[in-house]
Amino acid sequence: MKSKDLIRFAASAIAAHPMRSALTSLGVVIGVAAVVMMTSIGLGAQQRVMSAISGLGSNLIIVSPAASRSGFAAQAAGSDISITGADAEAIAKQVEGVAAVAPTVRGQAQLAAEGTNWNSRIEGVTPDYLVARDLTIGQGRMFDDREARQGRTVAVIGTTVARELFGEADPLGKRIRVGSSPFQVVGVLTSKGQSGFGQDQDDIVLGPLPAVRSRVVGRRVKGDTVQTIYIKAASEDDLSRVQEDATTLLRERHRIREGEDDDFQAQNMASILQASQAATATFTILLAAVAAVSLVVGGVGIMNIMLVAVTERTREIGLRMAVGAKRSDILIQFALESVALSLAGGILGLLIGIGGALLIAKLGSWPMAIPSWAAPLSLGFSMAVGLVFGAYPSWQASRLDPIEALRRE
Amino acid sequence: MIAFRDLKKTYQMGDETVAALAGVSLSFPRGSYLAITGPSGSGKSTLMNILGGLDRPTSGQYLFEDEDVSHLDDDGLAHFRNQRIGFVFQSFQLLPRYSALQNVELPMVYAGIEVKERRERAAEMLAKVGLADRRHHRPTQMSGGQQQRVAIARSLANNPDLLLADEPTGALDSSTGKDVMALFEQLNSEGLTVILVTHDANVAARARRRVGFRDGLIVSDEGAKS
Repeated sequence: MKSKDLIRFAASAIAAHPMRSALTSLGVVIGVAAVVMMTSIGLGAQQRVMSAISGLGSNLIIVSPAASRSGFAAQAAGSDISITGADAEAIAKQVEGVAAVAPTVRGQAQLAAEGTNWNSRIEGVTPDYLVARDLTIGQGRMFDDREARQGRTVAVIGTTVARELFGEADPLGKRIRVGSSPFQVVGVLTSKGQSGFGQDQDDIVLGPLPAVRSRVVGRRVKGDTVQTIYIKAASEDDLSRVQEDATTLLRERHRIREGEDDDFQAQNMASILQASQAATATFTILLAAVAAVSLVVGGVGIMNIMLVAVTERTREIGLRMAVGAKRSDILIQFALESVALSLAGGILGLLIGIGGALLIAKLGSWPMAIPSWAAPLSLGFSMAVGLVFGAYPSWQASRLDPIEALRRE
Repeated sequence: MIAFRDLKKTYQMGDETVAALAGVSLSFPRGSYLAITGPSGSGKSTLMNILGGLDRPTSGQYLFEDEDVSHLDDDGLAHFRNQRIGFVFQSFQLLPRYSALQNVELPMVYAGIEVKERRERAAEMLAKVGLADRRHHRPTQMSGGQQQRVAIARSLANNPDLLLADEPTGALDSSTGKDVMALFEQLNSEGLTVILVTHDANVAARARRRVGFRDGLIVSDEGAKS
């Protein structure tokens, strides 16, 4: 018998019960759609994280306080701030291959100027901050070290802040109130747009570290402590060595004995990238598990209906055998039916999954990337599901005794 | 020539061995018209199944022309049924999803005949049984007599050597039954070997040779030489 006739038989059997066939495929449709949607969103999220990480600045090491332990109770990271401006200075002086070191404090503050209000992030920084974070001044200037040391209340603002407070007017030389302290605007940053984390990077105010610490975030940051030290290595090759040297130096300065945990954490982009990749790997495993479960559920649905079909069509099978169908012809016919049901579900699921991912991307302004393997993999898997779960019913059909089968009512 | 010798078919029912066929022998030339009669349980259906290649004897020999059918494997039997045998069943056994034409095509599909050729032949067979205008009807849209004629057209599709009809008029009223019998007689007169299984004496009486079964044995054989 010819294969196109087998396909025709399978198609006509499926078409004979359109509703039942559709419901049978539904399990696979949902499974494949869910997997495609989730991988697309997951991949989009991963790309967003990647761009966010690279948006922090190149060759960057971020030092932040670690969770300290009091007794046996681990406290939240940063609960006892342990890094200081002096640490930053020491790193700048003693570690080779450092392009910039920028100790930073930050807070959220209400801004006011010329009768308008805006709530923004304020960071207390040193001029090196621009170098460390790959920022540039678009208008005016950055405050210098002398101004910083003198505790001058000058500020460089992001373009979002400039627009919200001053509209089209020139903000240079204007005064803004940060919390309750007046600052003078000396510069505007070049726009950087939205970060990969969805944060508006232009919605920021930079002020000299001493002034911001004492006037804006004072209560939360004691003494000389800072929340973050950004270290920019001179080159990518220096990155890991700089991180090691800085870690060693900080351990010495903090008198951490051999074997004790750091009271700070130093991460570079590579390690953050690694962490995010580990998270992605976990996500992928999870996804594979969900996919496997949903495809098995879909497959069991197909197997169930195929068993019903074999019982229902026992006489048909007997008749086919009587007029000359070989056992293998029956086997292939039913296996094809099962694969066709599953594959149709897979194709529909793929389309729904892509559509759903597009919709979510559009509604949630969430980046979306449909992985190139989504189509071949989901179609391959749905075919395999049809084959595996159709195998037993098809085999049963092919083993029927034609005499018994013809006698069945 | 079709011949079988000392055919036995036994079944194990618990501890007991039941013989559906207790050793039967018969031979008949091409173009014969046989009726096999007997009460239910006499073994006539078992013989039909063996003659049609749906079943194998427990022992004995079944020679079809020069082919020993009793030793064919499943695929061999499938091919034998497809090429040599035409079945007509009491309950017609048409596939309800398919039109008359598609039902008649079915044996040719398993013979691997191209669509165009088998359509033509199926239409030809339907015309032969007087259903040229019903080829696109489904079985459910046809009367019992029409359905049985579609089934006969299907049995002829691959130009078989032997037509096996199991109570072919059992589900029909007497006048359509007569039409169907007339069709068998016409086919037989054209040279086709026909075997009818029936317990209807009127139907059996129309056959040229009548073989009676009881308890798995042949108890009568009339008209062999006429």
